[in-house]
Amino acid sequence: MSTPAPKLTVATAWLDGCSGCHMSFLDLDERLMTLVEQVEIVYSPLVDAKTLPAQVDVGILEGSISSEDDLEKARLFRERCAVLISLGDCAVTGNVPAMRNHFKLSEVLDRAYRENVTLQPQIPTRAVPALLTPVKPVHGVVAVDVFIPGCPPSAETIWSILSDVIAGRVPDVSAVTRFGA
Amino acid sequence: MPRPTPQSTVRVVTLRIDDRDLSAREDETLIEVCREHQIPIPSLCQLDGLSVWGGCRLCMVEIAGQGRLVAACSTRVAEGMVVQTDTERLRHYRRTIVELLFAERNHVCAVCVSNGHCELQTLAQRCGVDHVRLPYRQVPYPVDSSHEMFRLDHNRCILCTRCVRVCDEIEGAHTWDIMGRGSDCRVITDLARPWGESDTCTRCGKCVQVCPTGALVKQGTSAGEMVKDQHFLPILARRRQAR
Repeated sequence: MSTPAPKLTVATAWLDGCSGCHMSFLDLDERLMTLVEQVEIVYSPLVDAKTLPAQVDVGILEGSISSEDDLEKARLFRERCAVLISLGDCAVTGNVPAMRNHFKLSEVLDRAYRENVTLQPQIPTRAVPALLTPVKPVHGVVAVDVFIPGCPPSAETIWSILSDVIAGRVPDVSAVTRFGA
Repeated sequence: MPRPTPQSTVRVVTLRIDDRDLSAREDETLIEVCREHQIPIPSLCQLDGLSVWGGCRLCMVEIAGQGRLVAACSTRVAEGMVVQTDTERLRHYRRTIVELLFAERNHVCAVCVSNGHCELQTLAQRCGVDHVRLPYRQVPYPVDSSHEMFRLDHNRCILCTRCVRVCDEIEGAHTWDIMGRGSDCRVITDLARPWGESDTCTRCGKCVQVCPTGALVKQGTSAGEMVKDQHFLPILARRRQAR
């Protein structure tokens, strides 16, 4: 009896995005069963593991680089993942989170935490990562291997591109998705 | 009425485009011949029915024996011309041009009213632009919502001047024009007055229809903008009761 081939390891992280790309990933539905036969998800908002393993085959990042925590995670993913994927428009272009680049950070914080609250208006400083300016796409801070635009990319798109990456093929991204798809 | 016969003075030339032998009238441009023969050439400023602008540079092609590239929309065919429309060099330039357009202003497709109906967005996909390698400029541009029916968002404008040309050449109003240079360049109405105060705008909406992006749109098309006006109801109801 031959031993089964070792599974590819996959890690995902949710940076400054709405989690919609992870939701779209979950929309793979029954194909998730097929997927876990080929890959092991070793770190993700979708699993319990709290630390990123030292070596991962495929890293997937949702969201833009908006805070020191996002920057740290992106750098760690780049360091430890053989293939790094930007998933969704926020990771690929900056998208909606980057729209705050047109305003001063203090104005943005005031708008969110003072002007629009009625109870204890205050800007959080403890236990939250400092925000960065400007907000950047992931490839603005680390090298990225595969880009999957879309807001969010459909489950079909994610399936098609992940299948290519798992099989070691270069995906034809523009054949299946675009900015804003 | 019989169709007017083509002028006999117009000659036919033969040329070679992408290794295909083609014939064309000598007064045609390369892009017209390519469109006739379903040879895809990307373009944003060229639009059938409007004058040639040659501004977007996306329709650049290679002509054998010429070192420099030429714009297919503003180059007439010639006898014996040998043209390549889809080489590695051209694909590289086109991709870069599209990326520059995305980097220059703020084309956030996901929250644009033209998402799914935008020529820039479609072109990016066709040119294989899955990300923009250049840093985004991140400079905000103004939005003019002063017009009752239409809205102008400079953040989405690529300065193709289709609006300027259709307003001048087809509608005959010449409300639109271009002002400023470089990154300050923008389309203006009248003498850079708010669109809603324009004396010349006929509200025909041709500019909105030819705009390739979400720069010119109808008011009331973005989320939450549909304002209901139910004033008619009590008035009509009262009058019916009185009858």
